[in-house]
Amino acid sequence: MIRRVKQRYLALKIESAESFEEEDVRDAVWSAVIELFGEYGASQAGLFLVQYDKQRKEAVLRCSHKALPMVHASIVSVTKIGDKPVAMHVLRVSGTLRALEKAGR
Amino acid sequence: MTKFVDLHLCAPFRDAEKLRRMITKSFGLGYRLVGIPLPPNVELDKVEQLRKICSEAGLDFVSRVDLTPNNTRELLASLRRLRRKFEVVSVFCTSKPVARQAAKDRRVDLLSFPVAKPRNRFFDSAEAELASESLASLEIDMAPLLSLEGYLRIRLISSIRREVAIAKSFRVPVVISSGTTSDFLLRRPRDYSALAMLFDMDPSLAFSALSEIPLSIVDRNRLKLSPDFVAPGLRVVRRRDP
Repeated sequence: MIRRVKQRYLALKIESAESFEEEDVRDAVWSAVIELFGEYGASQAGLFLVQYDKQRKEAVLRCSHKALPMVHASIVSVTKIGDKPVAMHVLRVSGTLRALEKAGR
Repeated sequence: MTKFVDLHLCAPFRDAEKLRRMITKSFGLGYRLVGIPLPPNVELDKVEQLRKICSEAGLDFVSRVDLTPNNTRELLASLRRLRRKFEVVSVFCTSKPVARQAAKDRRVDLLSFPVAKPRNRFFDSAEAELASESLASLEIDMAPLLSLEGYLRIRLISSIRREVAIAKSFRVPVVISSGTTSDFLLRRPRDYSALAMLFDMDPSLAFSALSEIPLSIVDRNRLKLSPDFVAPGLRVVRRRDP
C-alpha cells in the first residue's frame, strides 16, 4: 500500500522595504533550494506556494515533511529578491493549513 | 523558556541609530542576551550607555572584545591588559601559533577563524584537544554563510562541517553567533538551528550552541569578574559587618 505523503505548512514573513510579486517570492525560494541542495534535493522538497499576501508581506509554503529541514534552511538563506536585499523568517510550522491559520490569529 | 544568546552582534558602535535598530531587532527575533564587540580602548561611559540602550530594548548586554594578534606575544599582552575589562574575550586566529596559544589559554573564551581562507582555519584535532582542556569554545558566525555565494560558500560549509565534527569528538563547546553588521542578515534562533543542518549539527546541539553554551560562558565570566570571586570554586558568600 502506498503511504500518504505527509506535508508541512510554513508561514513566512518577508522583511524588505520593497514589496514583491508572487512569482518573485516563489522563484527566490526555489533558487535557494537549488543553490543549497541541488536539483535532486529540490525534486524531493515538494515545494508549493499556497498563499501570498503582498501587502502584509507574508506567505504560506507547503513542503514534504521529510524535506522540512532542507526547505527551512533554504528559506533562511534567501538574502535577495532580484537585487533588493530581503530577509525571510519562518514564523510557524504546522501539519495543517487550518492549524497554521489558527496559530497566526 | 529558553534564553537565546547572540554573542557576536556586530552593531556599529559609532552609528547610534543603526545600533539601536539592530538591538531592537535582536529582541524582536527572540534573543534575550547580546554580546557586542567593542574596541579595546573603549571608555567605561560608552559601555554603560550601550548597556542602557540594551536594557531599554529588553536585552541583557555583554561586553566583548575581539583580539586579532599577529603573534603569541601580542596575544598574551592583550589578554593581560584586557581580560578583566571585558566579559567575553574572543581571539581571531590568523596564524597557527596564535591559534595554539589561544586554545590553551584559560583567559580566552571564543576561538574564531578566517572565513575567506579555509587553509587558515587551524581548528584541527590538536587545537581541539587544547581547547577542551582550557574551556575555550569554537565560534561559528552565520552571516558569511548567508552572504557568500557559490564556491566560497561550499568551501566554508565544508570547513565548518569538519570543525564541528572535531569539536564534537573532543567535547569542545560550539557557539553559534550571527556575526553580522547588517540587520538584513539577522535571523531567528530557530532559523539558525535550521541552517546548522548544513554542517551536520543536529537541532538539539544547535539550540544549546545558541543558548546554554554562550550563557554558561557569560555566567562563568561574570562570576569571575565579580568582587566576590576568590578562585575557581571559591567565592565570598557573606561578609562580616564592619
